[in-house]
Amino acid sequence: MKLTGAKILIESLRKEGVEIIFGYPGGQVLPIFDALYDSPLKLILTRHEQAAAHAADGYARATGKIGVCLATSGPGATNLVTGIATAYMDSVPMVAITGQVKSFLIGNDAFQEADITGITRPVTKHNYLVEDIKDLTRIIKEAFHIASTGRPGPVLIDFPSDIQNQETEFIYPEKVDLRGYKPTYEGHPGQIKRAAKAISESKRPILYVGGGAIISDAAEEVRSLAIDNDIPVTMTLLGLGAFPMDHKLSLGMLGMHGTAYANHSIMESDLIISVGARFDDRVTGKLDAFAPHAKVIHIDIDPASVSKSVEVDIPIVGDAKTILKHLNKLVKKPDTKDWLKRVDDWKKKHPLVYKNDDKLRPQYILEEIYKLTKGEAIICTEVGQHQMWAAQFYTFTKPRTMISSGGLGTMGYGFPAAIGAQFGKPKATVFDIAGDGSIQMNIQELATAVINKLPVKVAILNNGYLGMVRQWQELFYKRRYSYTDIGGGCPDFVKLAESYGAVGIRVTKKSEVRAAIEKALKTDNTVFLDFHIEQEENVFPMVPAGEAINKMIGGGLA
Amino acid sequence: MKHTISVLVENKFGVLARISGLFSARGFNISSLAVGETEDPTVSRMTIGVEGDEKTLEQIKKQLNKLIDVIKVVDFKESEFIDRELILVKVSVTTKNRKEVLEAIESFGAKIENAGSKSISIEATGDRTRVKALLELLRPFGILEVVRTGRIAMSTEDKGLKVEGKPEVNE
Repeated sequence: MKLTGAKILIESLRKEGVEIIFGYPGGQVLPIFDALYDSPLKLILTRHEQAAAHAADGYARATGKIGVCLATSGPGATNLVTGIATAYMDSVPMVAITGQVKSFLIGNDAFQEADITGITRPVTKHNYLVEDIKDLTRIIKEAFHIASTGRPGPVLIDFPSDIQNQETEFIYPEKVDLRGYKPTYEGHPGQIKRAAKAISESKRPILYVGGGAIISDAAEEVRSLAIDNDIPVTMTLLGLGAFPMDHKLSLGMLGMHGTAYANHSIMESDLIISVGARFDDRVTGKLDAFAPHAKVIHIDIDPASVSKSVEVDIPIVGDAKTILKHLNKLVKKPDTKDWLKRVDDWKKKHPLVYKNDDKLRPQYILEEIYKLTKGEAIICTEVGQHQMWAAQFYTFTKPRTMISSGGLGTMGYGFPAAIGAQFGKPKATVFDIAGDGSIQMNIQELATAVINKLPVKVAILNNGYLGMVRQWQELFYKRRYSYTDIGGGCPDFVKLAESYGAVGIRVTKKSEVRAAIEKALKTDNTVFLDFHIEQEENVFPMVPAGEAINKMIGGGLA
Repeated sequence: MKHTISVLVENKFGVLARISGLFSARGFNISSLAVGETEDPTVSRMTIGVEGDEKTLEQIKKQLNKLIDVIKVVDFKESEFIDRELILVKVSVTTKNRKEVLEAIESFGAKIENAGSKSISIEATGDRTRVKALLELLRPFGILEVVRTGRIAMSTEDKGLKVEGKPEVNE
């Protein structure tokens, strides 16, 4: 049967099991939107293309499925770029589809033309320009394959509108044949043996777990490696949830705003077992000073992540789950009794603390959200102080419950990501932990949330500042608060939410916190919780930029 | 350190941009680049001269391998390959030194393509050492222009560099 390019796209998406697309219409995607009009495939109309990309990302992170977004050419496509780059940095499987001007106009500076394959080349795993309708199904098949296999990432398909209207026979390929793309899944058995030996012989081992463990669904294997062998576990921001933070072996997050005990432990360890983490600069601090006594085992599916910053002794390239399954069988339990005692001492001496007085402090709010959701919620975040408080004071216990822009650090990510996550997990309680700065970067998505009756709860930790930048200015720039005071001009978030048809709740006192969260949880509408927190509360502990990670400041810590 | 790497890529639109973009985005330096079709018309070969320490070179190879359109990356070691470059050089001459210049060119075995009254244009091919030596020989006379094709290189092992796909990572 002959179908138009637009119809072939929709049918191909259905073949790939896509149930939902996040997108926004425009001139060069009219044929696709027309094909969507009577298709069972659901499109969620966001109010900005950037939000469509973030929603697809949040959907992918919450479910493990591929997120799909769709925008028109030119500005529609460029508006996706931040969302694509966010997904790229955090290895999120995504297929982004953009309309393009008619193929014979490409290069002519046509109306709403942008070279989007050129623009997105460094922030996609791969991208395509459809030049011939005969290539369309192969390209779609390859795009989904590339996005979801190996180290996942976004793939963009740029689709000229004239080809959307051309017709051809619809035959969806069964297989892909990419001679230049063969990800390694099985770890090298010799390397796994060496790793097992190193673990068995170690005295001060530590598991350092990143987002890769969650992507490869390896939480169970991480758990048995840690628990069966009494190895303490620290996690990166994106690794949170890979190991339950309420377990006694958990050290929480490490790095710049990590716990003091995680940082001390990794610095003093004699063996780091890295699972799907990439030793990024927010984790290692001063590289020369990082974990000087430690041997490093690095399990990662991306060979380029290995020895990129920290020199690795035992690299194992492959899928974390597959490798850990194999490794766990070979490890003989090391004697870590003394080590765990030292780790526990650090835990006792330097706990995560905040001033628990009568003032409305953000850490308390996070603790209450945790208690009232019983740790079952999906927590999305924006970027800034609130993001770090969420990582520190919400006790993550399950994979895919922490959804945050870690690598790129994209403000405005959390709310649309929460919308995407809620579509992916309709029964889950989904929060967006936000700041008053970040939430204003994609606040128009209130419309998307309300119109789709999404019970997303947005907790705005409102301090009238771009708080993280203000904190740096306070600590390192002599309190010269240069353009970080955004209190003036801040909207009334309660009225704003109400004007979109959502529920707004303002909280100014600590005593009101519980009731407000309870009320929000009972509401099946979108809720904005506007918490007026202590304005100059800081995130501690903190490792100053360029310092070794055991040289922390603040929080009453050494 | 200077390295020569050979990259087999899909002979497709945009691949050169992917490779050069990768180098610029990651701060790697390309000292020379030559691209051409191979015995298989669907495959192009890029011979890239790069500078950097071992760690940088390792990253370059890994990052190149991550590109979907890259089929194979080979790092040539000194003993295993032959390399050639073609260069055109325009050197200035005066009535006084004309003879001296011609002698130098001749002694080197370079070809004179055009001999004017004020300049002589020369063509020469050679490996990296030879090309460098020629330029050093001519520099005192005053080089007006140099045009280079970029280095190409080929392994001298008995089997060719084939497109059987990326090797398994042995780690």
